[in-house]
Amino acid sequence: MINEILLMDGYGLYVWSAFAFTLLSFTSLYLIIKIQYTKERKKFISKFGTLNSKKASFAKSQVAVKEILSNASNI
Amino acid sequence: MFKFFEPNKIFSITSRAPKYVLALFIIVLCIGLIESLIISPEDYKQGHSVRIMYVHVPAAWITLGIFSTITLLSVFGYIFKIKNFFLISKSFAPSGFIFNLIALVTGSIWGKPTWGTWWAWDARITSMLILAFFYLIYLLAWRIYEEKDQIYKITSIITILGIINVPITKYSVDWWNTLHQPASINILSKSSIHSSMLFPLFIMTAAFALFSVLILLMKYNTELIKIKNKGLDRL
Repeated sequence: MINEILLMDGYGLYVWSAFAFTLLSFTSLYLIIKIQYTKERKKFISKFGTLNSKKASFAKSQVAVKEILSNASNI
Repeated sequence: MFKFFEPNKIFSITSRAPKYVLALFIIVLCIGLIESLIISPEDYKQGHSVRIMYVHVPAAWITLGIFSTITLLSVFGYIFKIKNFFLISKSFAPSGFIFNLIALVTGSIWGKPTWGTWWAWDARITSMLILAFFYLIYLLAWRIYEEKDQIYKITSIITILGIINVPITKYSVDWWNTLHQPASINILSKSSIHSSMLFPLFIMTAAFALFSVLILLMKYNTELIKIKNKGLDRL
């Protein structure tokens, strides 16, 4: 049964490599975008930390800024 | 109506949605993989190699769909001056490009046991390759140009030129004698594919669509934080 699924009458190499390439592409793209997101978010938090209280409270009045600061791991 | 598309307003949704979309994507993908690799029958002519269809066809459908969406958003964004449409277009492009690449590579892998060759310069395959170049140029344009009005104009032109290639890709198998087989699934008429193969095909299409939504949301959030970072610099 397992051999049949793996070998697929000689087509196994083609079928599995097509599926493997697809899943590898998905994983790579997901990781690249996630790394970019984490990097930008970290940059934002460190910049926000350097603001004085007046500027910080002004920035925090925006909905998006609140969301960025509140959702620590939203992906 | 367009005020709904303001980044600040929709960020509260887009920042929370990815984890749910990711969970749903994994579930649908697992069902799709079991259906397409184990449960679905082999083809009477192509044998088990037909299973490549379950990744090749959805990838091709979605890459064409994403490019059409990017074009529509860019054109509307340019006409009605909605900057957020450009941001959504930019966020759609990476998954569109990856699906294009998947369609080309899996098509090539499928070509070897079916046609006896990895590649042929036939109309369908060549037009898909041209579409990949348009995706690449579009993505590069966002990296090269800094000035906003310039980038909106350039990316709109790229998508308008690229969209000419989309109907050529779709109908190339009908217009010319190609090595690539004609479409097996038609919305307006009866499909020439059996329901036992249609079901896994639609499940995999749903999984791929969910993945493109996931990447769209993640990339959109990243782009929005980039904008907010620049905003903090100006404070």
